[in-house]
Amino acid sequence: MNNKTIAELAKSLRAGEFSSVELTQTYLKRIRQFPALNAYITVTAEQALAQAEAADKRLAAGSADLLTGIPIAQKDIFCTDGVKTSCGSKMLDNFISPYNATVVEKLNAAGTVMLGKLNMDEFAMGSSNETSFYGPVQNPWNVSCVPGGSSGGSAAAVAAGLAAGATGTDTGGSIRQPAAFCGITGLKPTYGRVSRYGMIAYASSLDQGGPMTRSAEDAAIMLQVMAGFDEKDSTSVDRPVPDYSAGLNQPLNGLKIGLPKEFFGEGLDGEIAAVIETAVNEYRKLGAEVKEVSMQNLKHAIPAYYVIAPAECSANLSRFDGVRFGYRCDNPADLTDLYTRSRGEAFGKEVKRRILIGTYALSAGYYDAYYLKAQKVRRLISDDFKSALDEVDVLMGPVSPTVAFGLGEKTGDPIQMYLSDIYTIAVNLAGLPAMSIPAGFVDGKPVGLQIIGNYFAEDRLLNVAHRYQMNTDWHKQMPKGFE
Amino acid sequence: MSLTTDDVNKIAHLARLGVDIQDVDTYAHDLSGILDLVAQMSELNTEGVAPMAHPMEQGQRLRPDRVIETNMREKFQSIAPQVEAGLYLVPKVIE
Repeated sequence: MNNKTIAELAKSLRAGEFSSVELTQTYLKRIRQFPALNAYITVTAEQALAQAEAADKRLAAGSADLLTGIPIAQKDIFCTDGVKTSCGSKMLDNFISPYNATVVEKLNAAGTVMLGKLNMDEFAMGSSNETSFYGPVQNPWNVSCVPGGSSGGSAAAVAAGLAAGATGTDTGGSIRQPAAFCGITGLKPTYGRVSRYGMIAYASSLDQGGPMTRSAEDAAIMLQVMAGFDEKDSTSVDRPVPDYSAGLNQPLNGLKIGLPKEFFGEGLDGEIAAVIETAVNEYRKLGAEVKEVSMQNLKHAIPAYYVIAPAECSANLSRFDGVRFGYRCDNPADLTDLYTRSRGEAFGKEVKRRILIGTYALSAGYYDAYYLKAQKVRRLISDDFKSALDEVDVLMGPVSPTVAFGLGEKTGDPIQMYLSDIYTIAVNLAGLPAMSIPAGFVDGKPVGLQIIGNYFAEDRLLNVAHRYQMNTDWHKQMPKGFE
Repeated sequence: MSLTTDDVNKIAHLARLGVDIQDVDTYAHDLSGILDLVAQMSELNTEGVAPMAHPMEQGQRLRPDRVIETNMREKFQSIAPQVEAGLYLVPKVIE
């Protein structure tokens, strides 16, 4: 059961091949079977079985949605009522959320079963899942490698069959890069498409939640439930949600694909470039036209991101003060000591680095030179995407310059780690939707193809991804030992 | 751009963030490196470019000022680390 897609499981549940309770028990057993992966921070077995029983009743009564009875898991950044919501941090190790994030609320209402909360980089700051207070996650394709980050637990769990689907969040690539490293399908929606209410904020103008699944068809099913206007999120966009599954099979004749030449320059592993080229050729066979486009300001995306994201993070994380949430130090001498030590003792090194950089960039006399400058650069990068997407329907390229790297390989050099997000970060600055789909292997490790679309064109992206998956079987591969 | 250990201590104070003394040098080194990376933005001429804060150019939405939350006092009490007689206990330093 564990290697089936959500679409296949939904059919089996309806055909009575097994019940949601049986399916949930299978996943819970697998979670217990592979503790070394460290994909889960919290497993909610009891609640899961109760949800599964309720789902079976809905299925029997004929009042089930497509997702009813499907066991999924939530990235531990989404608040879950009555369940620990740690955000991968010692700071929130004792935090029981009193409410559900909108995404959780919607997935619950659809009748999904929540298996538990997934491991992640601390406060979603990281590209390898190694900054988690709960320890790194292993990549199921090669357990001495990272799963990517920050949604590393989500990617590893779906790849290893420890959940049928998962939620992730993407601020600079945190859905797409782990999806690529673990050989699954990940979709970062347009900024404002999925509610951020109850999703612990890192960089509010960039953060966006999305589905991580075994196929584009599954991503469409999950996004259908997750997307939509939410009055509780002031940046949510009030716009109707299309039927994401309806157009999946549309032929791709005449699809215009742009290849940004800046995505294929120095720094890209040659074997990955070859995998991407093969994938693009597959699209040619499916009737697409391919042309080169240029986005000359792309190289400034990482510098702009490392001002904007830390600046917003330093403001967002100021709420963790030892008083209102989470960790509190012992025997504080005075109020400043309480703030300083609670934060100092509970935040990890990467979070501290970003708070420090952000505080510096926003401090008196530096605002114009850093934050304002970065927002102007952000506009230029966004304009580059706009002109490119005037010429073509979608952009394609690699997700990451390398395949999954070794655990511990990049932890000593934060800047090297930052540079590995070169192809994903610009998309967040522009607020565009983008996907990663499995497109091949290098050294036995998965390679992701990135597809970037226009604002709110998630339906088109899913169609483009699905047609490829109808003609290839990269997304059906399972890591050895986890079949 | 090179930050000194003094700079790091000043920034850490602004952020009310405890940094271990033995780590200050490493932070000075790492932060200087990040600022060098960030400085590459200065190559780009941004004169006359409007800063971009929201991808959809959407401003803050307003809503009517009415009560929409229900009272969850019991629930908040039940998950708080320390409570007594319906009060939330915090260290003495908060006056």
